[in-house]
Amino acid sequence: MKLDYLKIANKKFNSRLIVGTGKYKNMSECSKAIKISGAEIVTVAVRRVNISDRSKPLLMDYIDPKKIMYLPNTAGCFTSTDALRTLRLAREIGDWKIVKLEVLGDKKNLFPDMIETLKSTEVLTKEGFKVMVYCNDDPLMCKRLENAGASAIMPLAAPIGSGLGIQNKTNIKILRHQTKVPLIIDAGIGQASDAVQAMEMGCDAVLINTAIAKAKNPLQMAESMKYAVISGRKSFLSGRIEPNLQGSPSTTKKGLI
Amino acid sequence: MNKKNKIKIVVNGKRLTVNLKFSLENLIEKLKTPINKVAVELNEEIVDKKKLKKIILKNKDKIEIVHFIGGG
Repeated sequence: MKLDYLKIANKKFNSRLIVGTGKYKNMSECSKAIKISGAEIVTVAVRRVNISDRSKPLLMDYIDPKKIMYLPNTAGCFTSTDALRTLRLAREIGDWKIVKLEVLGDKKNLFPDMIETLKSTEVLTKEGFKVMVYCNDDPLMCKRLENAGASAIMPLAAPIGSGLGIQNKTNIKILRHQTKVPLIIDAGIGQASDAVQAMEMGCDAVLINTAIAKAKNPLQMAESMKYAVISGRKSFLSGRIEPNLQGSPSTTKKGLI
Repeated sequence: MNKKNKIKIVVNGKRLTVNLKFSLENLIEKLKTPINKVAVELNEEIVDKKKLKKIILKNKDKIEIVHFIGGG
């Protein structure tokens, strides 16, 4: 079989599961879950160093950025200005060029502000960033992002952290058809079957945080998501049978007594 | 304490008083910040980490020191 890998901005990855590092009980659980999930890319956020309490553990002490690629994000940014500032700082920490852009527009549902998102994508790509863009599932806006040079289109399946699964399958199918760069479902996955569905629809990867971090057993859920993504991908590549309303016996009639 | 020899700066939103001619490098050392794990901003401009020694802080300078934390 031909080797199947995920390629983002000319970097190859074996795993098609990207994992977020937020919301875990502690750093140790987070790093264990990542290991079990087999993820090669993890999203990370940029925040102020706590200058009064230096005893707090650092993410880099638990997850080695030399072994697992950090994907800096702009979580919590509601304007293009804030998002750009955050990612420029992220790049400065350690020469990160592949980044996740998310510019939120609504504090309750956390839907992206697509106007600000598009503006930021244009600026960042000109500055040499490889931008993976969190976006809504509107095919027109996604096309614009792709034309602006986005390195990956990352539509939500449902609101961030909602666990509702893929709400608009038609749009995701349209996106699959039109998108030339990696198409990654970001946000809204709740359980393994949601991840399988995304992969069976031909998405290139899924990004999961809350569904793993907030599961009753995060480590087991991390493993479950790992296999869901592999299973869904293989199912997609295998070419499913045509659905049929009639039955079709699995056993030949030949030799029937 | 002779106030003439001191300046007031703001680091990550917190007020600090440091000596005159205090460099950004002195500040990073004072805070025991692992420089390879952070980025530094001075008055909203990103600072080249190789030049920290040459940058002498002025009164009312605003410094941001950021790092990576868990996030989705």
